[in-house]
Amino acid sequence: MQDYFYTLADFISSKLLKDEIYLCEFSGEQSDFIRFNHGQVRQPGSVEQYYLELDLIRGNRHAIGKLTLSSQLSLDQDRIVILLANLRDQLPHIPADPYLLYATEVQSTQSVGRNDLPETPMVLADIINTVQHTDFVGFYASGGTFTGFANSFGQRNWHSRYSFNLDWSLYYEKDKAVKSAYAGFNWEQVQLQNKFSNALTQLEVLKYQPRVIQPGQYRVYLAPTALYEILQLLCWDGFGLKAQRTKETPLLRMFAEPKKTFQASVTLRENTTEGLSPIFQNQGFIKPNQVTLIQQGTYHSALVSPRSAKEYGITTNGANDGESPTSLDLAAGDFPQLNIVEALNTGIYINNLWYLNYSDRAAGRMTGMTRFATFWVEQGEIIAPLNVMRFDETVYHLLGSQLIALTAEREFIIKTDTYEKRSDHSARLPGALIAAVSFTL
Amino acid sequence: MLDLIKQRFHKLVPAVDFCSLRYLVQHSEILTVRQNIAQPPIHHYDEGVMITIINKGGLGYAATSDLSETGLRQAMIKATQWTQLNQPNQLIDFSKLTLPHQRGEYTSIVKKPWNSLSSQAKFDLLYQESAQCHPDDKIIDWQTSLRSIQTEQLYLTNQGGEIQQTHHYLLPYIKVIANQGVNTQYRTLGGHGYGRQGGLEILDDIGFFGKGQQLAEEALQLLAAPNCPTTIMDLVLAPDQMILQIHESIGHPLELDRILGDERNYAGTSFVTVDMFGHYQYGSELLNVTYDPTLPEQLASYGFDDDGLPAKKVYLIRQGILITPLGGHLSQARAGLPGVANARATNWNRPPIDRMANLNIEPGETRFEEMIQSIERGIFMQSNSSWSIDDSRNKFQFGCEWGQLIEKGELTQVVKNPNYRGISATFWRNLTQVGNADTFEVLGVPNCGKGEPNQGIMVGHASPVCTFSPVDVFGGA
Repeated sequence: MQDYFYTLADFISSKLLKDEIYLCEFSGEQSDFIRFNHGQVRQPGSVEQYYLELDLIRGNRHAIGKLTLSSQLSLDQDRIVILLANLRDQLPHIPADPYLLYATEVQSTQSVGRNDLPETPMVLADIINTVQHTDFVGFYASGGTFTGFANSFGQRNWHSRYSFNLDWSLYYEKDKAVKSAYAGFNWEQVQLQNKFSNALTQLEVLKYQPRVIQPGQYRVYLAPTALYEILQLLCWDGFGLKAQRTKETPLLRMFAEPKKTFQASVTLRENTTEGLSPIFQNQGFIKPNQVTLIQQGTYHSALVSPRSAKEYGITTNGANDGESPTSLDLAAGDFPQLNIVEALNTGIYINNLWYLNYSDRAAGRMTGMTRFATFWVEQGEIIAPLNVMRFDETVYHLLGSQLIALTAEREFIIKTDTYEKRSDHSARLPGALIAAVSFTL
Repeated sequence: MLDLIKQRFHKLVPAVDFCSLRYLVQHSEILTVRQNIAQPPIHHYDEGVMITIINKGGLGYAATSDLSETGLRQAMIKATQWTQLNQPNQLIDFSKLTLPHQRGEYTSIVKKPWNSLSSQAKFDLLYQESAQCHPDDKIIDWQTSLRSIQTEQLYLTNQGGEIQQTHHYLLPYIKVIANQGVNTQYRTLGGHGYGRQGGLEILDDIGFFGKGQQLAEEALQLLAAPNCPTTIMDLVLAPDQMILQIHESIGHPLELDRILGDERNYAGTSFVTVDMFGHYQYGSELLNVTYDPTLPEQLASYGFDDDGLPAKKVYLIRQGILITPLGGHLSQARAGLPGVANARATNWNRPPIDRMANLNIEPGETRFEEMIQSIERGIFMQSNSSWSIDDSRNKFQFGCEWGQLIEKGELTQVVKNPNYRGISATFWRNLTQVGNADTFEVLGVPNCGKGEPNQGIMVGHASPVCTFSPVDVFGGA
């Protein structure tokens, strides 16, 4: 697809008028999708899709068009000609954009992934053989994903990956289940078997009589997957410059006097180098290896898109338009994971949280539910599964005054979202031991 | 293009038990003015095909944007291979399923087409409204926008089914942000709830013009308001909050594929079970909920769902009793229950699954003034700002942009950060008043997420103002 995209980019260049500039982003995937329910195949299929987004610029006026590519060169060229004509017709009637900013220094890059993926029939056989006679429910997605950038200055960027992501749950009954995932680039049946075996062990505890607790404050351990839910909610306007300047950020109180802070053990970065996302963005800027968002508990720097950079007079750090992290990295703590249940003593061990939202956004207060394998722990021993509970707590308690420790071990989590396309977001996170979290319902 | 697709399909259709083609072409445009500055317009042209094949009991799909004979043939081959691959391991024996082969058409009613105004003229409308959004420097950000979507869909089957549906949507939006210190308050045009089918006439129908100034004034009022009290009181919900209440605690729990377990790994399960239909007391006797694809302006009105099933109005809950699930043809066969035509896909590259469509609460008889006058101590909440519910769709917590106390039968103090929480299984039984047709508004949710692969789809909700009592309400930190 790289050659095909570059051919289209050259074609666009050849069709530009003298005073025109273009920016162009390519995104595509060749995916196999299999849904499972009750340990069997529920809905299998394939999706092949390619999109091209073109920003046509003349002076400070510009318009953006996105179209589906058919993979047939002459047809796609015809579509591009029509799109260019439509955008060109619009330009005289569009006001100048004072915040238009794009890269003019050519920085071409390529990161071409190796395709070591197994044939889907083999994977399907492995999964079915492993999970048979269980209430396994989940989703397998695999195949190539492709992102490209080109502009009229001659910059060309390419990023491709061939990956799989098996996101699954193993149910005992009703809402009692263990959640797990197996993602990567090389499929190894033994890895799936190990993960499945661990899930079966946890499932045994879910068979105990569930514990019901009253609303109140409880000591909590958040596994990395649960902590990721909290950080994902914070990523919704928490780290972008525009949200900071328009006071929409849920971290507003980190900018007011006296400044709120997290514990000094909290250092959060956008770590592009160790993530899965492309290092380029759709105005052609290259992302730095890392951007430190929170440094030892204090707000450090924002993600700055080119548009915000122009609006607020700050240098861009190559953030995407949404100014949201794609490769989160929370520094490891020093507490051994092995000792967590003992250290939790009496409280709630939460593997997964679910459906988080703000109950007071400006105050950084959020609510959400426990989900899947959440356990009641007494005197350092897992006693019983916990029926689902709602928490409602500020992030300044969760990561600040009530945070006891972060674990020394971290987990690499690959986001499983497939809205419109397969996500390339990821996170590397420790778990968090918290002294008191408010549960309300 | 439609004729070409038809010709190619009928030429290529393989010798299988069932084969369908769903072709979708979509044009959309987004125009936005932020702080009186036009943002670059965004146009989107999307086109592709989904092939679904059932053969010898197996099912498979393949989606492609290559509409040539070669592309369609490849998709048919892939879909057929899937049917063979999963035959021994499939959850459902599709050989027992008889899918419809309907013929028909559906077209949105449009009085003032999107293209009847130039881009400049549409920007001028947005400028005009934007200019009204900044009466005070405490308003620190604001934007107005219009999103137009036009889709044309062709559904063909190997036994002569042929359905053509054309939809026109308009999604207007206004957002105003007020700030003072660590206090930030928002007002929006009913969240994103004012999307409808139709053309630019929708702007007049929903009172778009003048809303910017009203929302800015309300945001400033919220900035000066105290927090919502923490207490138990009567709760009156405006339609632009009712849509979320309906969506999360009636719509999702009644989706039959969730009840059958398909969504347990992602969107969740349901506290509703198959054996509840026909007798379960879901709400008070005032609760009447319909699946209604017949309101022409509502977001999810259509003639047929994406499995080709004809759509007609069905009561899901009548006088509080649960009657019918939200399940399409396949789910109905799996569960042995009646259902509705709600197998829907968000685009050509996603397969149909059970979705909400238009899920409405039928109006009652109480005037809004009567509702308020009857309440000694309560709160009126408007415009959803936060939503969260457990994966069985039971324990929920919702937040609104606007709260106003009701004291001795009158609307009094405005309060900020109003939230409330409850449990679906009991909440609807506390429905004590249902507003009359004058309080009924046709709204919707543009981004309902569900499915693996994930799909975000537009659904319609219409509701009168409703009262619940007693309810646990509270304010901000």
